Amino acid sequence: MESDVLVVDDSAAIRKILQRVLRQTGMAIGTVHEAGDGQEALELLKAHKIDLVLSDINMPKMDGLQLLGAMKASPQWNGIPVMMITTEGGETKVGEAVRLGAAGYVRKPFTADQIKEKLAGIVELALPL
Amino acid sequence: MNNETLVNAMSQATTQVFSTMLGLEVQVVGSSVERGMPDATDGLVSFIGLAGSWAGTGSLTCSKALGCRISSQMLMTETTSIDEEVLDVVAEITNMVIGSVKTDLEAELGPLGLSIPTVVFGRNFTTKSAGNTDWFVVRFQCEGEQLIVKMCLAPSDKVSHVIPHSLGQTCSVD
Repeated sequence: MESDVLVVDDSAAIRKILQRVLRQTGMAIGTVHEAGDGQEALELLKAHKIDLVLSDINMPKMDGLQLLGAMKASPQWNGIPVMMITTEGGETKVGEAVRLGAAGYVRKPFTADQIKEKLAGIVELALPL
Repeated sequence: MNNETLVNAMSQATTQVFSTMLGLEVQVVGSSVERGMPDATDGLVSFIGLAGSWAGTGSLTCSKALGCRISSQMLMTETTSIDEEVLDVVAEITNMVIGSVKTDLEAELGPLGLSIPTVVFGRNFTTKSAGNTDWFVVRFQCEGEQLIVKMCLAPSDKVSHVIPHSLGQTCSVD
């Protein structure tokens, strides 16, 4: 069964790279939806059945922590694993992401292998990929 | 925070981001502390703000050719002219470089926030920040082109207002 993924980042370049990495994982990836901020992500979550979210933290309008909080507060979305991919390396925001229920995080700059390795752990625990 | 700590953090962050995300090698060719308005420049300048108990601005400056090369490496597509994609890539690379420096400095300075980056592309333009803060400048060589990373950072009560302004003659982008 293919899983649909939502990639949330205000950088189109990062969304493009993550699309490419997802296709290289060997996992059964279906549609990869893209959002430029948390608000757009929530609209896509309402419109599609999403199995996994990869999200930046620092974004305009609604940041990744607000998106994560909104998802975890929703009975409809709280089971969707969310992996944060961010320049934030400090305890404050990463700690907040973990406290809110992020399935994992990867710090930018990242290699494709780091993303694949972290995704494999998340998939093993939570996804029917 | 001493000057050496900041310059080392800027050098290491730039080297790591260019190596990891772009597969490009950069060599440090010098560092300095500057104050006042720099000479007019051509090419791309990307700015990102830092805020917290300390505040300031980080920037990355490169030529059109290096901007295109950076974009080509990151997206694995050949790029020869400046377009939205190149500006986006340069903004994201700036975000990663200054974000890495920020993380290194947070242990000493406490939590800092990052703004969304802004990129300027043009010819013969000058940038200036309000306030009298010193700029720490690290110059690199990358693919035969110059790359400059700058940061100004001061305790928040000493920074009046730090905003990049573009001044002087401007011309259309090609």
